[in-house]
Amino acid sequence: MYAQMIKTASAGVKSREEMTDQEREFQDKIDNDIKIEPRDWMPDDYRRTLIRQIGQHAHSEVVGQLPEGNWITRAPTLERKAILLAKVQDEAGHGLYLYSAAETLGESRDELVKLLHEGRMKYSSIFNYPTLNWADIGAVGWLVDGAAIVNQVALQRTSYGPYSRAMIRICKEESFHARQGYHAIMKMAFGTPEQKRQAQSAVDRLWFPAIMMFGPTDADSTNSDQSMAWKIKVKSNDELRQQFVDQTVPQIEYLGLDLPDPNIKWNEERGHYDFSDPDWSEFFNVIKGNGPCNVDRMKDRVAAWDDGQWVRDGLLAHAQKKAAAKVAAE
Amino acid sequence: MKNEWPLWEIFIRGQHGMSHRHVGSLHAPDAAMAIKNARDVYTRRNEGVSIWVVEAQHISATAPGDKGPLFEPSESKIYRHPTFFDIPEEVGSM
Amino acid sequence: MSVDKQQLLQFLLRQGDNTLVLGHRVSEWCGHSPILEEDIALANTALDLIGQTQMWLGYAAEVQGEGKSADDLAFLRDAWDFRNVLLVEMPNGDFGQTLLRQFLFDAFQSVLMGRLMKSSDEQVAAIAAKASKEITYHVERSADTVVGLGDGTEESHNRMQAALEYLWPYVGEMFESDETDAAMAAAGIAPDPASLREEYEALIGKVFAEATLSVPESRYNHKGGRTGYMHTEHLGHLLTSMQWLQRAYPGCEW
Repeated sequence: MYAQMIKTASAGVKSREEMTDQEREFQDKIDNDIKIEPRDWMPDDYRRTLIRQIGQHAHSEVVGQLPEGNWITRAPTLERKAILLAKVQDEAGHGLYLYSAAETLGESRDELVKLLHEGRMKYSSIFNYPTLNWADIGAVGWLVDGAAIVNQVALQRTSYGPYSRAMIRICKEESFHARQGYHAIMKMAFGTPEQKRQAQSAVDRLWFPAIMMFGPTDADSTNSDQSMAWKIKVKSNDELRQQFVDQTVPQIEYLGLDLPDPNIKWNEERGHYDFSDPDWSEFFNVIKGNGPCNVDRMKDRVAAWDDGQWVRDGLLAHAQKKAAAKVAAE
Repeated sequence: MKNEWPLWEIFIRGQHGMSHRHVGSLHAPDAAMAIKNARDVYTRRNEGVSIWVVEAQHISATAPGDKGPLFEPSESKIYRHPTFFDIPEEVGSM
Repeated sequence: MSVDKQQLLQFLLRQGDNTLVLGHRVSEWCGHSPILEEDIALANTALDLIGQTQMWLGYAAEVQGEGKSADDLAFLRDAWDFRNVLLVEMPNGDFGQTLLRQFLFDAFQSVLMGRLMKSSDEQVAAIAAKASKEITYHVERSADTVVGLGDGTEESHNRMQAALEYLWPYVGEMFESDETDAAMAAAGIAPDPASLREEYEALIGKVFAEATLSVPESRYNHKGGRTGYMHTEHLGHLLTSMQWLQRAYPGCEW
């Protein structure tokens, strides 16, 4: 998802007998759905894994501004421009909420940003794909945010209080994102043949990257067990992916577009849609930095941060001068 | 990092809220900018009519381990709650 | 007193094109600001400006009476038909230049809206009343940032001073008066812009003093935006992106 392939910092799930008293008390809280709060005792591995996951989630929101931001200046009407801008602004807000949640674990936002810029932390693979036509903007809101919602709704129940509360706030805002996206692509799909062609192209290109967002199949998903036991992760990758496919296929059909995968078929017996696996070698390539936009995305983020250094320093210097003058006057 | 803007905790009273509630945090160079940033970050959907900001380092909090001694003793003082007392209906509302 | 429709239209286009073009410029920052809090704040400013554009150009289209919409006016006119002042089409430059441009414009708008709220034209007064609340916040925020950066570090000070020198020749155009302004003033719809300068100078003078920035002495100013006679080269590029979809796929619903 926005946090994919999080390496859980753990030597494996401990049995109750192997746990210390503190660890047992901690695990009991989690099993009883009592939230873990910043000042509570927690295993170091839990803290480390959370910082990694929340940090990656935050980075994804902020890098995720770029592909959609790519169309703000080209939005076709004043209303669409305002909607898109408000939507991308929300992503910045989500990044901010999530960095704040990570900060409660003792990792500063600047430190996390530095790790991202040095290539030592990652963000979701999906934002390394380009937005090439206006229908992509609809498709990103509908498919990408739609996929994110599936994951984030589950994460509202995550064990770490600040993360869970950030997710609740974010989910409230996300449904605007998915709906505005679907509304925009509806106009395209039901519009002129040229508009419809753009809509089809968007769905064809973004479908597999969207279902990759949930991460590798459960069979290949490393270290999930500990994350599940700690309720940092609440549902498995495959469960979430299936849920997304099931809710999305009828939405594609409603648009009158061709399904992006010939193997999508309702399976009566399973009560779910069957679908093709994405090309996982592509996924691992994108994660490694070989996606179509990895280099440009990082270049943009690093430039924004570096070019902004004098601004952050300047405003802070002024605030400190003012504070010093106030103290001197007292 | 030495040049990081301080962290502020944000409290907002909503349209129908009786008191300020903690809504999250953000970074700002000083209190005045923290209030402005809070307005821009946390009231985009018409959530507030009043904002408080407190620099995070100035908040003192109870320790989780003290929960027992601090809060459990009041659990047994059930007579503090009005429902503890049965008052005959004839007396009227009280 | 009745007013010439063409003159009223010109006046409304000037208002709407200012906010349209500046809103566009500010929106270019989204995702690229120095820090998340500023990114979110700038987006709010841009959103307010887009909203104001919808009101001004919506009314302009109504006065024009050709069955057009605010979108038609925004997306289907060429550069020479735009009536915004040159200041708002100037490139963003660095964050300091963007905020300085914002402050120079916000300060003007805050003085202007105070008068427009008393306009004899009810719709103008209503738009101004709504916009003035937004502008009051904008000017407070941009002024604070100008002060903070002007009186920040040596580097931030130097950058702000350079930005002020770059933008200063574009300030005067906001106070130019022509027959449209005379007609608006005569009808009690809007003040003569020249009459706003004193209040404006006082406002920006206070802020620049606090920001330790020196206001350039030159009174020379570029013009040609609000008459459409001669925009900068920048406007054409801005419109190229902004109008691309409407031009490439005419007549679509979006």
